[in-house]
Amino acid sequence: MLLLRKFSKDLPAVLGLAIVVLVLVAALLAPHLAPYPLDAYESHLTRRLKPPSAEYPFGTDNIGRDIFSRVILGTRSALIVSLSVVSGAMAIGVTLGLVAGFYGRWAGEAIMRVTDVFLAVPQLILALALAQLFSPSLESAMLALTLTYWPFFARIVYAETRRLKASLFVDALQCIGASAPRIVFAHILPNAASPIIVRLTIGMGFTILTAAVLGFLGMGAPPPSPDWGLAIAESRQHLPDTWWFATFPGLAIFLTVLGFNLLGDGLRDIVDPRLRRSR
Amino acid sequence: MAADPTNARPPLLSVANLRVSIASDEGLAQVLDGVSLDVAEGRIVGVVGESGCGKSTLVRAVLGILPRGARTESGSIHFAGEDLLTLDERAMTRRIRGRAIGFIPQDPYLALNPVFRVGTQLLEIMRWHGDGSEDGAGPFNRARRARHRLWLIQILKAVQLPDPEQALDRYPHQFSGGQRQRLLIAGALACRPRLVIADEPTTALDVTTQLEILKLLKRLVAEFGVSMLFVTHDVGVVAQLCDEVAVMYAGQSVEWGGTGELLARPRHPYTVSLLACHPDRADGLVGIAGQVPSALAPPTGCRFHPRCGKAMAACAGTKPETTPSGDRHTVACMLYGVPDA
Repeated sequence: MLLLRKFSKDLPAVLGLAIVVLVLVAALLAPHLAPYPLDAYESHLTRRLKPPSAEYPFGTDNIGRDIFSRVILGTRSALIVSLSVVSGAMAIGVTLGLVAGFYGRWAGEAIMRVTDVFLAVPQLILALALAQLFSPSLESAMLALTLTYWPFFARIVYAETRRLKASLFVDALQCIGASAPRIVFAHILPNAASPIIVRLTIGMGFTILTAAVLGFLGMGAPPPSPDWGLAIAESRQHLPDTWWFATFPGLAIFLTVLGFNLLGDGLRDIVDPRLRRSR
Repeated sequence: MAADPTNARPPLLSVANLRVSIASDEGLAQVLDGVSLDVAEGRIVGVVGESGCGKSTLVRAVLGILPRGARTESGSIHFAGEDLLTLDERAMTRRIRGRAIGFIPQDPYLALNPVFRVGTQLLEIMRWHGDGSEDGAGPFNRARRARHRLWLIQILKAVQLPDPEQALDRYPHQFSGGQRQRLLIAGALACRPRLVIADEPTTALDVTTQLEILKLLKRLVAEFGVSMLFVTHDVGVVAQLCDEVAVMYAGQSVEWGGTGELLARPRHPYTVSLLACHPDRADGLVGIAGQVPSALAPPTGCRFHPRCGKAMAACAGTKPETTPSGDRHTVACMLYGVPDA
């Protein structure tokens, strides 16, 4: 309850939460909220590139589809992509971090050196390279993002595990007959939950951005899908005359990422007050 | 309760001539070099020594959780008729640690998992080890859980924790140090062990709490019919609590005897100086010259001879044998080398 009160005083975090909730609702109810839900896959060549109006609040794109509908429908794929990428990365990273931190020795060293290699290369570049290596599709983009995001989880979980392993309660657990897997998963993992949740939230925003970049470069969702990054890519030939074509999908990316980041920042402030606003 | 340890019944725990070494970057450290002690049924045995004398290693060796690189070179640890050194990890986890041997950790502020309710943690121990783990109804048997809860509340009453029922739903940080130590004592007794090992359980507490906890331990040992191995560096605590005392110095057992006898007539020069250091007994503050030698390069012969006021030429040459000296009192020192026949 104290945490809840502390959180509610943090205005940016509350704003972030509001945005995240809004995006989630939009994603859940997308087909009902979009005025032209079928515009994801239809084209109306007679009404190409119309500026925003009462009928088409965000205007229409190069083949006459309602951009407002496509932005709303796009929330769904953006969230699905980032959620599966981040949870996949979390599953890999948390497991490896726990194992490396608790068991140590050469296996732990090996895991952490591999993690270092991944962290040394910017995630976007590595993801681009991997996505290019597989055949370009939404699935391979997601796989590439997952394979490049787990080290972030592995790092923090490793550090937490090392810290907790030396703590007296883990020692005491050993003395009273807790097996190693029980100590790791039932006692150390819950203690490391807060930094994992923070990283998860920030990772959501970050992954939406990276996924949009991949979409923009044609390595994400294939053309008819209502993908934000893809929409911006398609708008390039029509700039600067049709400003609305790129602006509204771009704003959608901006707002969603902002929301997740504000929320993640706020959560981190609660978890670790010493790091207040230090990004 | 005054069981005579000299009678025919074998002691509950018997550590004989235990030698443990730890391989480190700087070489092989002989952390325990011939440690022996017995804990008879229903007795409280104190292990005293300065920091770094191997007390904690001894506890870890008995529980079979020596740190990485440590090796038991020779000796034996017999507990209730079994050689613990021959048991595998699974048997130690299942039957010994926390089950037949309860453990009270050193620092009650840090020894509980901060993210779980106290009841969850204590019931968890009983779920692994507690009675009825053989009735085969899976780990989430509601009747057994209720039975465990009742038993736990009974134990919490025995350790004099206020509001035992409500206590189970609180988190560790909501308790004071003394209360947390009571919780940990309850945890050590929860699975009806035969032996409880206490690793300096009062060191982190203030003096008045310390006294209460000692009184409590003494009462519980009788009430629950357990034996206790009590590790401490505080001679005063030993005097209040223990039936027998083992004095350790630099990984060696130097003296052993009944508490009253040993404190009144210490034989080994180290014990003499250790007692003299205690503020209650000393005139002003005194210490022992020098410091505990490094286990990497211990002195030859008797490990205490470089600091000993009564050292002789022979002390550096051979390790003194443990010899009886007086009534139920043994000592490993050249001064008492020849038992008068």
